[in-house]
Amino acid sequence: MRGPTDSILEMERITKVFPGVRALDDVNLVVRAGSIHAICGENGAGKSTLMKVLSGVYPVGSYEGRVLFEGNETRFHSIRDSEASGIAIIHQELALIPELSIAENIFVGDEPMRGPLIDWRSARKRASELLALVGLDLDPSVAVKKLGVGQQQLIEIAKALRKEVRLLILDEPTSALNEADTANLLELMRGLKGRGITMIMISHKLNEIAAISDAITVMRDGKTVDSYDVTPGTVDEDRIIRLMVGRSLDHRYPEHASKVGDVVFEVRDWVVEHPDNPGRLVCNRANLYVRAGEVVGLAGLMGAGRTELARSLFGRTYGIWHGGEMRVKGRTVNAATVREAIDAGLAYVPEDRKTLGLNLLDKVKRTIVSANEKMVLSGRLISRAKEVKAAEAYRKTLNIKASSIDTAVSTLSGGNQQKAVLAKWLFTEPDVLILDEPTRGIDVGAKYEIYKLIFRMADEGKAVIVISSELPELLGITDRIYAICQGRVTGEMPTAQADQEALMRLMTVGASPEPVSN
Amino acid sequence: MKKIKESLAGDLHQIAMVLAVAAALIVFQVINDGRMITSSNLQNIISGNAYVFTISIGMVMVIILGQIDLSVGSVAGFVGMVTAITATDWGWPWWVAVLAGLACGALIGAWQGFWLAKMGIPGFISTLAGMMIFRGLVIWISHSISKPAPRELEWFGAGSLPDWGREATGLNLPTVALGLLGAAAVVVSQVRASARRREENSRHVPVWPTVVRTAFVIAAIGYFTYLFASGNPGTSFPVPGLIVVVLVIFYHVLTQHSRLGRHIYAVGGNKAAAALTGVNVDRTYFFAMLNVALLAAVAGVMFIGRSTAAGPSDGTGWELDVIAAVFIGGAAVSGGVGTVLATIVGGLFMAILNNGLQLAGISADRTQVIKGLVLLAAVAIDVMSKRQGRPSIIGRFMRGSRAAGTPEGPAVTLPVAGPEVFAEANKAAVQPARGGETA
Repeated sequence: MRGPTDSILEMERITKVFPGVRALDDVNLVVRAGSIHAICGENGAGKSTLMKVLSGVYPVGSYEGRVLFEGNETRFHSIRDSEASGIAIIHQELALIPELSIAENIFVGDEPMRGPLIDWRSARKRASELLALVGLDLDPSVAVKKLGVGQQQLIEIAKALRKEVRLLILDEPTSALNEADTANLLELMRGLKGRGITMIMISHKLNEIAAISDAITVMRDGKTVDSYDVTPGTVDEDRIIRLMVGRSLDHRYPEHASKVGDVVFEVRDWVVEHPDNPGRLVCNRANLYVRAGEVVGLAGLMGAGRTELARSLFGRTYGIWHGGEMRVKGRTVNAATVREAIDAGLAYVPEDRKTLGLNLLDKVKRTIVSANEKMVLSGRLISRAKEVKAAEAYRKTLNIKASSIDTAVSTLSGGNQQKAVLAKWLFTEPDVLILDEPTRGIDVGAKYEIYKLIFRMADEGKAVIVISSELPELLGITDRIYAICQGRVTGEMPTAQADQEALMRLMTVGASPEPVSN
Repeated sequence: MKKIKESLAGDLHQIAMVLAVAAALIVFQVINDGRMITSSNLQNIISGNAYVFTISIGMVMVIILGQIDLSVGSVAGFVGMVTAITATDWGWPWWVAVLAGLACGALIGAWQGFWLAKMGIPGFISTLAGMMIFRGLVIWISHSISKPAPRELEWFGAGSLPDWGREATGLNLPTVALGLLGAAAVVVSQVRASARRREENSRHVPVWPTVVRTAFVIAAIGYFTYLFASGNPGTSFPVPGLIVVVLVIFYHVLTQHSRLGRHIYAVGGNKAAAALTGVNVDRTYFFAMLNVALLAAVAGVMFIGRSTAAGPSDGTGWELDVIAAVFIGGAAVSGGVGTVLATIVGGLFMAILNNGLQLAGISADRTQVIKGLVLLAAVAIDVMSKRQGRPSIIGRFMRGSRAAGTPEGPAVTLPVAGPEVFAEANKAAVQPARGGETA
């Protein structure tokens, strides 16, 4: 065991009860000063609740147990108190104001004053220093909306560093970042550690945890399952998974042997121009095909044009279409609207289920039938009986964990929300299913279920396209992978012969003189 | 206790609203020494506010879409004036004049819908413009002078049903028939709903709450039927009230049970997601704007019928009463939430408040202050009950333990996303209009 002397934070026997839920049950956490401490656990394990106790979002008195920070017992009543003590938290969802500048965002609520007025000159100067600290070379008067997600994440960190921070909490810091930005962030974390800042990182991405952590605490169902020191780079990921799920996940991806049939979906010379950036082609003569029962991956870095291609195919909902042919089951399809695309047998599960996939105000049953209400009509009106029957059937087959189909989708966990979106699209009985980042932000157990669903759809003879930023996932579940770079399909390989390096090479070839055609 | 809550689940807001209306009636009945709940006063409340109810049916659909229509008052005034001028000055038959008025309303709605759906101009702006334009046009075409309305329209605005059976029974039998019809409808719908609940829930659902509730509703219907039927000879449940009832039933079914209705909620709840689900967002916007203007036209015709003339300032400020009714009825400014039935109850509440204060001799200025405070209080209570519990305290108790597997604590987080995601979402909604035809 670690001695208590070198610890910066000790949380002892924390219990936090919500009506009907024991969110934290006698949790202990000891964080060594100057370390990067990872907290892992499935959704609902209590990680974020624990961090909210720590940062004062749940004020002292609303939980049981003791929190010692730098040896003193904390009595935080709000997040302001914890900030004043040197604890900063960066939430999973970015909290920057898009219309304001970088400097304004960094100092919002805490503006340096000169008399009654804000001293913008010193704010900008200070902001520049902070930006340099996080490795950004940007003008602090640029509006935040013009920055990429990765840069915004760094700005969040710069904002946290504004005060003298001794403990930095990062809740899923890389969930929205691509690989380059993630690598960049991890490097920055190493740098901050060198400056003596202790960090707690919550993450689902085990490879990141493995790369950077000094200690790992695993939580499950509101309890600490295990807590141990590790050496960065030599972490046993399987051990973490076993602890997280409480059972052995021999394989992260289900076994599956595809029964591939005829070509169902074919795209030829698809050309799409960026909607706001005239002349820039987000799809440049893209060609691809998918056979019945086949799971095909689209690999590409962020901005390569994967989502743009998918959205353009799905009723031209992205960009300006300049030509190309699409065939479903041998028939040429000219789908200029989403409705026509659905009628032609296409389904598209968008990458962001909360903003694009779901109406969060809706009930589960309404969500499930919403893309194909024709199926539950009786005369001109929607038949409640038919709707209930259909929704109930899909809830059972997809194992959507909701107390009833009348539950609001907003109350479901991420994985179950994603299943509701999948149910909605399966209810349209598509021939071609395009899944854009189908497992983003959901936990290991739910991912496994989604993979099994993908395989089941393929086995039913559907053509499945999976877009994913996580190459191991594509390698784990697909039969064939297309690499995309700058709007071009730069390569194609059977998954059996693919590996991460080969794919990465194709994903970064850029303007290769001879784009591979098929 | 839990069972009672379960059997009421879902309509708690509406039940609270109905109780508030009943409480208001009773309080004013006491304050005004029994002058509130009388046949003639109730008839007066209904026909005097039918125009607000009518427009609010259309307005709630616009507000569910996350939009607003500020021009309804001006449109109603304009249509009333067109009807009066074509009938009186131009000598058109009254029904042709009415049709012309309604056609004007539809045309205006199409105009507002065009700016919203095709040009992407927010309803707030385009209808603010419409509010000025059509108010100006009313004054322009009428030269600021009131025009007499065709007499036939009085039936629509303030008329009564035929006074059959008065001598024999002392009651207006058509009103009694309507009451019986309403009671029968309530019984049938409750029986069907409870059968459905039994079928959906495998466990036992008690019958008695349904019976108690049904009994209450029927008693209320019976009482009000008696009041409306036993008024002065020649009076009945007012015709404008009947028009409102028919419209409410039609639009309730439309919003709750048709695809179009679903699409309105879908667009209001998440426009980008709706667009990616195959909903034609533009068409939904267009329909809602056209529809509310048409209902404003109906209200305008009813109003000139009741006041027997069309005046240049008819309809001034109506939009505010209408919007207040919708929000008291629990609709959300951000869209996606609201129902026709709750809106009508909200409108009734305002109407009763207005009438009760008037009867108590409280002057119009103070009435205005009180109405404003009530609107604020109603919405504040709604907001607080939603915020406190997250999901509301009642909702949490009703769901019992962690039924739905709430992620990481009980807080239901609203969708928060980086600006890029929003930009994408907007593009998704805008794209069909912008880039669709370029190919």
